[in-house]
Amino acid sequence: MGVEQKLGNMGVVTTSLEGMVNWSRTNAMWPMLFGLACCAIEMMSAQASDYDMSRFGMELMRASPRQSDLMIVAGRVSKKMGPVLRRLYDQMPEPKWVIAMGDCASCGGVFNNYAIYQGVDEVVPVDVYVAGCPPRPEALIHGVLTVYEKVKGETFKQYAEKYK
Amino acid sequence: MSQIEEVNVDQFKHLVSERALTGETMLLNMGPQHPSTHGVLRLLLELDGEIVVNCIPDIGFLHTGIEKNMEAKTYQKAEVMTDRLDYMNTMGNNLSYIMAVEKLVDLDVPPRAQALRVILVELQRIASHLVWLGTSGLDLGAMSMFLYCFREREQILDIFELVSGQRMMTTYIRPGGVWRDVPVEFEKAVRDFIKIFPKRIDEYESLLTKNPLFVDRMVDIGYLSKETALSYGVTGPVLRASGVNWDLRKARPYMGYEQYDFNVPTRTEGDTYARYVVRIDELRESLKIVEQALNKLPMGLVHSQNRKFVPPPRSEIGTSMEALIHHFKLWTEGFPAPKNSVYSAIESPRGELGMYLEGDGGPKPHRIHLRTPSFDNLGVIPEIVKGHLVADLVAILASIDIVLGDIDR
Repeated sequence: MGVEQKLGNMGVVTTSLEGMVNWSRTNAMWPMLFGLACCAIEMMSAQASDYDMSRFGMELMRASPRQSDLMIVAGRVSKKMGPVLRRLYDQMPEPKWVIAMGDCASCGGVFNNYAIYQGVDEVVPVDVYVAGCPPRPEALIHGVLTVYEKVKGETFKQYAEKYK
Repeated sequence: MSQIEEVNVDQFKHLVSERALTGETMLLNMGPQHPSTHGVLRLLLELDGEIVVNCIPDIGFLHTGIEKNMEAKTYQKAEVMTDRLDYMNTMGNNLSYIMAVEKLVDLDVPPRAQALRVILVELQRIASHLVWLGTSGLDLGAMSMFLYCFREREQILDIFELVSGQRMMTTYIRPGGVWRDVPVEFEKAVRDFIKIFPKRIDEYESLLTKNPLFVDRMVDIGYLSKETALSYGVTGPVLRASGVNWDLRKARPYMGYEQYDFNVPTRTEGDTYARYVVRIDELRESLKIVEQALNKLPMGLVHSQNRKFVPPPRSEIGTSMEALIHHFKLWTEGFPAPKNSVYSAIESPRGELGMYLEGDGGPKPHRIHLRTPSFDNLGVIPEIVKGHLVADLVAILASIDIVLGDIDR
C-alpha cells in the first residue's frame, strides 16, 4: 500500500481519520454470493483462476447478506425477485454498496417487457453500473475498483448525511 | 414495488404431510438466495430432524418472458434471446432455434457450416460440464475443482471470442449457416485445447473419482430409477445415468452427427455418483467429436446461397442491385415464413432442448414454445430427495445440473 515509503525511519505515519477508515473499508470488501442469471457466471469467472479478484481483497464471497458489504446484482431482476432483492439489501449492515452488473441490472437490457425491472435502481440504490451483456470479468473488476474510488472519496459529513 | 407476501400454511397444506400441520416436522425455506441452489430456485423443505420429508420447488424468480419477447421480433432478431435462455449452453440454444427456423423455411446448410456448428456446440458442452463440475465440487467442499475447471473453461471462451467476438452470448449460428467463417487462428486454438484437455480430465478424476470423501457423499445418494426418470420426462445425462441409452445425437441425428464415431456413456446405478461419471465420460466423448469434426472440416461456403434468407456478402452490395435489395429487405422487414409449425430438438448438456415454432406467413413467429431440459429434470428432485439429509440435497441438486434461466425463461 505504499505505507512503507511513508513510514520512513520514524515508524509513524500521519493521515486523516477519514483516509484511514476509507482505506480499511476498500481493502476488505466482501461481496455477497448472489447470482441471478448469465452475469453470475462471469462473476464466478472473475473470482476464478484467470482473473482472480482476490488480488483486490475480495476473495471472500459471503453467502449471508449480514456478513457482506457489497451487493453485486448479477443478472436480470424479475418482478418476483424484486422484493427478495430488496429484503437482502435491507439485511446487509451499513455501510453497503451496490454494483448493477450488466445491461439487464442497469437498464433492463434486451428484455423490455412485463417481467423484468428496467434497471435494478428501481429496487435498490446503485453506486456503480457495469455495462456489457454480460460484462467481461475485467469490466466487473473495473467496476469494483470504481466503487473503491468512490469509497475513498467519502467524508464524515457524507456518512452523517447518508446514515441519518 | 410489491412487498413479500406473508405466507400462510393453508396455502400449501396439500403439499406437505399432516405432521407438518401439527408442528411435528419443521418447514424450512431454502433459497432463492442460497449458494447451492445454482441460481434463484426456492425450495420449501419439510424436515424431520435433518431428514427431508418433502421438498416443494418454487420457480419463477427469473421469469423473463423470453418466449413472448421472441414473438415480437423477426426470425433473425429473436435469436439473441435464445442466448440468454440457458446461459451455460448459448451455442446449443442458437443451434436449436436456428434448426427450427431452417426447418420452417426449408433452408439448406452447407457442410462446412454444419461441421463448425458441431465443433462449437461440443465445445460448449464441455464448457457447460466444466461449470457443473466446478460448482458441484464447490458445493461438496472441493474448492480447487472450481479453480481448475474455470481455467479450462476460459480457454473455450477464448475460442468463442475468436469466432464471434463475444465470450458468452455468441449468436454465432445464423439461419443458413454461421455468421462468418472462422479466423485462421481457430484451428490452432482448438488443437491446443484437444491436446491438453485429456490430461486435465485425468487430473480432475485423480482428485475426485476415487476420493473417499467425495465417493461417500455421492454413492447411493439420490437414487433415480429408470421408470421414474421416464415418467417425469427426464433427459440428458441424468436419464443416461439411470440406464436409458437415449441421446438425440444418436437417436435423431442432426447436423451430420451420424458421421462421427462416439459412444453414449450410460450407467445403471442411477445415483449421484453415476451422474458424475456419465458427465466425466461425456467430456471425453465430446472431445472425440471435436477432434473428428476438425480433422475432416470441409472447405467451402459457411452459409447458404439462398439470398431470400441469408444476407449477401458486403462485397456484392456495392456492385449488385439485387444484392442491395435483398440486404435491405432482410434487415428492415425480415424474411417471411410459411404458415406451419415445426419442432426441432438437440441434445443440450442438460438433455433434450426443443423449440416449437409456429409461422403465420409473416416475418415474425406466431408462437414459440421451448421444451427446456432443466424444467423437466427439476420435477424429479422432490421424488429423489425424500429420506435424505439436507446436506445430501445439495449434492443431489448439483448432480441434476439445473439452470434457472432454462427453467423460468
